[in-house]
Parts: sequence; structure tokens; C-alpha cells
Amino acid sequence: MKETNQKASGAPPVLEINDLSIAYSGKTILRNATFDVQNNEIFGIIGPSGSGKTSFLKAVNRMDQLTPGMTTTGSIHFHGYDTATWRNLYSLRKRIGVVFPLPTGLPLSVYENVAFAPRISGVRQKVELDQIVEKCLRRAALWDEVKDRLTSLGSLLSGGQQQRLTIARALSQDPDLLMLDEFSIAVDPVTTMRIEDVLKQLKSEISIILVTNLVQQAERLADRTAFFLNGEVVEVGQTEDMFNGRAKDVRTTDYVEGRFG
Amino acid sequence: MNSKHSKDLARLDRRDLSWYMDRLVQAVMFVGGISAIIFIVGIFVFISKEGFSFLFDGFSFTEFFGSINWRPTSENNKTFGALALIVGTASITGMAMLIAIPFSLGAAIYIGEFATGKTRESLKVLVELLAAIPSVVWGFIGLTIMNGVIIQLFNVPVGLNVLNAGVILGLMAAPIMTTIAEDALKAVPDKYREAAEAMGATKWQVIRQVVLPAAKNGLVSAVLLGIGRGFGETMAVLMASGHSINIPGSVFDSVRALTATIAAELGETAVGSDHYGALFTLGIFLFLITFLINLTADLVVRGIKRS
Ligand SMILES: Nc1ncnc2c1ncn2[C@@H]1O[C@H](COP(=O)(O)OP(=O)(O)O)[C@@H](O)[C@H]1O
Ligand SMILES: [Mg+2]
Repeated sequence: MKETNQKASGAPPVLEINDLSIAYSGKTILRNATFDVQNNEIFGIIGPSGSGKTSFLKAVNRMDQLTPGMTTTGSIHFHGYDTATWRNLYSLRKRIGVVFPLPTGLPLSVYENVAFAPRISGVRQKVELDQIVEKCLRRAALWDEVKDRLTSLGSLLSGGQQQRLTIARALSQDPDLLMLDEFSIAVDPVTTMRIEDVLKQLKSEISIILVTNLVQQAERLADRTAFFLNGEVVEVGQTEDMFNGRAKDVRTTDYVEGRFG
Repeated sequence: MNSKHSKDLARLDRRDLSWYMDRLVQAVMFVGGISAIIFIVGIFVFISKEGFSFLFDGFSFTEFFGSINWRPTSENNKTFGALALIVGTASITGMAMLIAIPFSLGAAIYIGEFATGKTRESLKVLVELLAAIPSVVWGFIGLTIMNGVIIQLFNVPVGLNVLNAGVILGLMAAPIMTTIAEDALKAVPDKYREAAEAMGATKWQVIRQVVLPAAKNGLVSAVLLGIGRGFGETMAVLMASGHSINIPGSVFDSVRALTATIAAELGETAVGSDHYGALFTLGIFLFLITFLINLTADLVVRGIKRS
């Protein structure tokens, strides 16, 4: 653990990425990434498609284990623990919520979608499940819209509602880290704004990694932002600096200003 | 200007070769589809016609479904009680499903969810190979190997019984049920598995709580088609069941199946006789049952999921 990365409180950052490289069947698609994600910050990741953003998220919650051909080198520390030596990956994944680009409601009812994770962790009491479901749906700004149709299929909700359902589901295990992968791709602008508000509020409780294809979204939400390009982490910096011409690398400025060849 | 345009369009608006090809293919497909239906209806009409003479004459509903006495050739007391035959078929099929359902679902889950790469491909080929074994071969296995095994293992005088026929039929039905069940599992999108895995669900939790419920319709129809197969199977059942009229008290009793009765007796009856008509009535009954089972399977597949 590096001294410089520790906050005043002494708690290690939620993520310390050290010299991380990711390869698919030997072909490296992310090289030597080194940066931290602090507690209670929204950490933005921007970059053109194919630059390795999704693969990075997969490496963080160790989905590389489930992806044929995917290998990683370097290290990822989660709250100071090396995830490579984690012996029960299921428990690691429970600490990290993920929201995928397209809403993936499980083929279950609205209620069961949110209750899924608590159930598999052994919560059996109906009262307790009810509480969790309501709390998570409220946190995802969905409760009022679905409270009367908790038993209908999650896949019958609109795209925007389904995406908030996925967020509620990701929150259902009280994760320390929430990772969102281009969540607004299939969502209308109004819902996008609502989710952005939700994220701003959540920040006080958990850390968030926000991968986004909309640079303005990173500008609006992220405290710090990383720019990924073709498997290289070009730079990590304060979002304000990046978007105000104070980026360290000219490629970052070009990208955030939309001047990219 | 205008006239030039319309001339251009007129040149475009021609029925060319691909237009006629399309029509031809449509027509051929139509004939193919229709004739399949015509054949099925034709078969039903034929069976019914042959059975009618008996249905309207010697047939008694209470005797047919209520009596266990199937004595079609008796000199002075002909009776046509099909109850024992129906129970025979049902008990063999029940026994078969007891074996086939766990085996086929287990195999499908292993092949579809756990096995990867070479293992998976070779297992699929193996299952398809098993499905291709002719039923008379299965019957032969029942008659020779299984018979001896059952006599030895359970110390019973005869090994041709419900157990034998059920095991044989179960093994016969399992491969096709496995294939259908595996297709159903494969139809569940990977994104569901990924979403559940990302939440820290174990492989088994993903299968039990996400994949199986999502594939429920396909799995039910796999089972139903297996049952349909059980009701309709003839040769293996004839050879392995002992073929004696009986309401079985245990799995070690011999029974006689509907199909086996038709196969064994039809060649020896005079066309148009009561016996002949009675056999066709059995046929109608079988046809209706398998039709119902298949129809249910089909409806389930199409998902009358009014949940
Ligand atoms: N499962 C996989 N197998 C092989 N290559 C992959 C796989 N997933 C992603 N890649 C490759 O890795 C690179 C980075 O992909 P990805 O992480 O999805 O980028 P991004 O999310 O930034 O668009 C791409 O070139 C992509 O083709
Ligand atoms: Mg991506």
C-alpha cells in the first residue's frame, strides 16, 4: 500500500490499480494502468469504444475468471486487499455492484430482481426482503413508479425504468463500489438526468466508477476522470482540469472537445 | 420530364426471375406444409374409419375403460376391456419418466452449463448417437441383458416387467429429452447469467434461480415429449414388458402395453371383425393421447406464460 494514496483517515482507497494489463488470448488490450479510485468519489472513465473500459470493469470484479481467454497481470487492491489472492470471488462480487450498458432485468418480477442478491446471500425473512427492496428502489428513484406493480415481470418495464431497476439491484447488497458501464446508452435524456441525480446522492455513501461515452456526463458528475485510448490510460486527473484546457496530454483535450480524428 | 420518369419506373416495375422464383418457392413450401397436415388428418380418418364399425356396434364405454379382461378371441365370451392395457402403458411410461427426467435434465444442465469446449461437443455427439439407436435394439437389450440383471439383482422369477420396460424406455427417451432440454437452456440469453454472476451468485445459484426458471417452458415440453414418446413406443416395450395382461401390483409384475397389443394382434385378425375394430379403437385412443400430450408440449413451448 502506498503512503501517498491514503486519505487523512488512514483508510486505503477503495481501489488501487497497479501496473494492470489485460489481454484476451494473449492480445493485450489494456497496458500498465496505474491509478487509484478514492472513497466516496465518482470516478469517470471516458474514451472511444474499444479502448478497454468494459474490460477494466470486468477485471475489477474478477469477471475475467468467467471470460474465456481473458487474463490480467499487475494488481488490483480493493480496500487494501489484493483481489488476486481473494479466495471466494463470489463474496468480492457482492461488494461491487455493476450496471451494464443495456438494461438486463433478470427474467423475474420487479420485486424478485431486487431481492435476488439478498436471497442468494441467505436473507429469508419476508419483512427484511421487503425493506431492502423498497429501500433500493427508492435509492434508484424507481419506487413511486413501480410500487403498485412489484409482481409484474421486470422486463415489462420501459427501458429507462429497467435501467433504474438494474441500479436498484446493484445496490441491493449494499456494495462499497458501484460500477456503471455506459448506463445511458438505451435510456432517454430525462431518465438519464434522474439517474445522474441518484448518483450524486449515492456518492456520500459509496464510491462510484462511471464509464461513459458522453464526455459531458463525466464533466457533470465525475470528481476525477481517466481517459482511456486504445488500451492506454492516457491520463487521470481532476475533471475540472481536463475539461478546461488544463489536461496534461493534448490527446485528452482533443477528445473532450470533440476534435478526434 | 414526367413521361421520362414514368418510363423509367415502368422499366423498373417488371416481374423478373427472382420474383417468379419467390412465388415458386412459396408454392412448393405451401404444398409441402399442407400435405403434412393432410397426411396426419388422413391417418386419423383412416384409423377412425376402421375403428368405427366396432365403436358403434360392439363397443361399451364401461367395458373398454372399466374392465381388465381383454379377450378378443374368446369363443363364446368376447370382452374388450382395455383397462389393464392402459394401466400397463401408463405404469411403464411413469417408470420411464422416473428414470429419464433426472437423467436427461441432469445431462442437459451439465452439457449446457458446465461442460465447455471439446467435452461439450463430444457429449452432444454422444447423446445424438444414443438417440439414433433403433428401438428393437433397446428391446433386445431388455430381453437379454436387463432380464438377467433384474432376476439376479432382485431375486425374482421373471425379469420382463414394468421395471425392465420402464428402464429401457427411460434410457430410450432420455437422449431426445436431453437434446430438447439443452436447446431450452441455450435459448436463455447469456446476459442473464452474466448479470447474476456479477452480483456474486455461484454457478449453481445462477442455474437454479435464473436459468432454470427462464427455460421452464422448454424443459416442461422436453418432459412432455418424452412422455409422448413413452406412450407411443412399441417394439422395445413389447419385448421388455413381459406382455401379459395384468394390473401391476409392483414394478416386478409383467404388463402389456396398448401399442404392443396392437402390434402383436393386428396381423392375426380378420379385417372388419370386432377384434380388428377394437384394435383400431385402441389406436384412436393412443392417437388422441399422444396428440394431446404433443399439443400441450407445443402450447407450453410457445409459452402460455400468463404469469
Ligand atoms: N470477450 C472478449 N474476447 C476477446 N476480445 C475482447 C473481448 N471483450 C472485449 N474484447 C476486445 O478488447 C478490446 C476492448 O474492449 P472493451 O473493453 O469492450 O472496450 P470499451 O468498453 O472501451 O469499448 C476491444 O478491442 C475488444 O474487441
Ligand atoms: Mg464497453
